[in-house]
Amino acid sequence: MAGPAIFLIGLFVVVPFLFAIGLSFTDQRLVTPNPTQFVGASNYNQLLGLNLLPLEPERDAAGQIVRDEAGAAKYPAVRSFTRKNPDYPQYDGMREWFSVGVGDTQWVVLARDVVFMTALVNTFIFVLVVAPLQGGLALGLALLINQKLRGINVFRAIYFMPVVVSIVVVSLLWRFIYDGNSGLLNNLLKSLTFGAFPSVEWLGQPETALGAIIVMSVWQAVGFHMVIWLSGLQTISPTLYEAASIEGASKWQVFRYVTWPGLRNTAVLVLVVITMQAFGLFSQIDVMTKGGPLDSTQTIVFQAVQRGYGKQDISGGSTISVILFVLVLSISLIQRWLTREKR
Amino acid sequence: MASVTLKGIKKSYGVTEVIKGVDLTIADGEFTVFVGPSGCGKSTLLRMIAGLEDISAGTLSIGEQVVNDLPPKDRRIAMVFQSYAIFPHMTVRENVAFGLTIAGAPKEEKDAKVAEAARILQMEHLLDRRPSQLSGGQRQRVAIGRAIVRKPAVFLFDEPLSNLDAALRVDMRMELSKLHADLKATMIYVTHDQVEAMTLADKIVVLNAGIVQQVGSPLELYHQPANLFVAGFIGSPKMNFIEVTAARSEDGRAIVSATDTGPISAPVRTSVSAGQKLTLGIRPHHLALTADGPIAGNVRLIERLGHETIISAALPSGYEIVAALAGDVGLTLGQPVRLAPETSELHLFDASGVAV
Ligand SMILES: Nc1ncnc2c1ncn2[C@@H]1O[C@H](COP(=O)(O)OP(=O)(O)OP(=O)(O)O)[C@@H](O)[C@H]1O
Ligand SMILES: [Mg+2]
Repeated sequence: MAGPAIFLIGLFVVVPFLFAIGLSFTDQRLVTPNPTQFVGASNYNQLLGLNLLPLEPERDAAGQIVRDEAGAAKYPAVRSFTRKNPDYPQYDGMREWFSVGVGDTQWVVLARDVVFMTALVNTFIFVLVVAPLQGGLALGLALLINQKLRGINVFRAIYFMPVVVSIVVVSLLWRFIYDGNSGLLNNLLKSLTFGAFPSVEWLGQPETALGAIIVMSVWQAVGFHMVIWLSGLQTISPTLYEAASIEGASKWQVFRYVTWPGLRNTAVLVLVVITMQAFGLFSQIDVMTKGGPLDSTQTIVFQAVQRGYGKQDISGGSTISVILFVLVLSISLIQRWLTREKR
Repeated sequence: MASVTLKGIKKSYGVTEVIKGVDLTIADGEFTVFVGPSGCGKSTLLRMIAGLEDISAGTLSIGEQVVNDLPPKDRRIAMVFQSYAIFPHMTVRENVAFGLTIAGAPKEEKDAKVAEAARILQMEHLLDRRPSQLSGGQRQRVAIGRAIVRKPAVFLFDEPLSNLDAALRVDMRMELSKLHADLKATMIYVTHDQVEAMTLADKIVVLNAGIVQQVGSPLELYHQPANLFVAGFIGSPKMNFIEVTAARSEDGRAIVSATDTGPISAPVRTSVSAGQKLTLGIRPHHLALTADGPIAGNVRLIERLGHETIISAALPSGYEIVAALAGDVGLTLGQPVRLAPETSELHLFDASGVAV
């Protein structure tokens, strides 16, 4: 019975995945006249390579730090270390990611692939914001609609609706909402503040772009997780609530002592599912920002697709997907361990 | 401690009326049992007293206070549910102390009261376990412990023993009886098991289809059932009912007969007229084998219990009468027997089912 399913899963999931692992150790390109070669871990080095460069301020002959009029110390150019400097072969080809000043020394963090690092950080920010926000909101909605009221099913349907619509369509719609000139959001804020609110190009500025995508993503999938919470809520025996009401528990106490403990397994599920979905952030980026502006919305999967297909760098794309797999797997395991049943 | 008074209590779900006007007074410290067949509204009535269901009409008082509009926590009640309703993620100690935790009681008070309840219920050794590590009887003990800690004026039990096996049920029944004697609190207990009702109750309330059929002590119900329903419901095996016609009545007795039986003299409380159609009720335990009994039939079924023998005998009309005979009686299937009723223990009911 399970035969066909196992075959199909093997064909479309396991085999491609094993391919990806294999390819991540080669220099395979999509179309190339050259034979494929084994390159060891160099793809991983290329993506994840990091180094620390301590920059000492320039000093004059007397050993005093050279300062400009504003009193800021003058540092040598990072480029002088990373461009074919035979004294520092380890920095060769790297770029400055960010730097921190400690005392007079400027510690520069160099990355071999700054864009990928940005993508990693953006993805983590996305996950860290979306997981609690979406999970919490979905729980709130589930608690609200888990009541015996007339027409409550209408609300359930309304909240669930965005889930049914394709994420691509939703992203297109939200592009209009976020539009800088006559977008719905700008118009709304304007009319609420009687014109005082200046128009914002929500998706066009590095400061707001990721936030805008987070808000839209939370809205889109919150209904899905609401339904999961709802099913969890309905497994809690009504007599437990009755017992709590006889003991005189307040609404909050009922939640704390009856509802929340009863939702423990659901919470683990919701958390793991949201985390995995959030790590896969791609469609919204592809439709709304293409990773911009200034790489402020780069994500891991977007990078994988861009390299694998955009730049025809199959081995690079494969490497990113293997890294993503390891990340998601280890985070899921950590979550499982943290939320395990304590005896 | 408090009495409970129900005046004209009704409950409807939409158009269906489930409780059709109940008037009842439960005295302070009394152990009252609601019995009745499944779906007759016992739980609904109890839940209205608890405050878990709205009261559609009538007034409910606990003590001197009308509590119709009070939330459950202010009614000075505690309730024990059939499904235990103990919190699965809490230890026994936390479960028992739940009400105190909710009220923000200090730890010493909690410990003292939990220890007290655990002593009464002999479950000190269970306090640090979780419900999943307890047997059914132990879980129900925890639920009772949680009720005791509240020091309620009225304990409410909704079929607390029906998830337990037979032997444990007997044990717990005795413990509940003891608990009532110790605490001297008013207790209202719902069951559909008439043995529980008979053994536990000071007062039994028999319900059928949302109407109180009879209120009285267990023996009153057994010896003087007010109507056919109560007569048939209380007592095991069930009372036999034979359609009879009254011949005459004299000195508080009526002589009745049927196609199946010879003339039988039965006590009447009111009066019957000659020729009136009646139903004669005979408890199986009030039948004995005699050579010249007025009831003749053939043995169809024999159940030997050792201390008694239950037989079923087919009368000429085809009605099968059940008799519980003392001791081990040597009978064989198909054998003709004659049975004589104990004439002081007979019951007559008129066509509407009311005892006469
Ligand atoms: N929420 C409800 N809506 C409509 N009808 C209900 C509701 N709750 C109970 N009833 C009806 O009320 C009647 C009495 O129910 P109740 O639970 O009080 O019976 P019970 O005597 O406790 O029976 P059991 O011995 O099976 O527990 C039943 O006929 C039931 O169908
Ligand atoms: Mg019931």
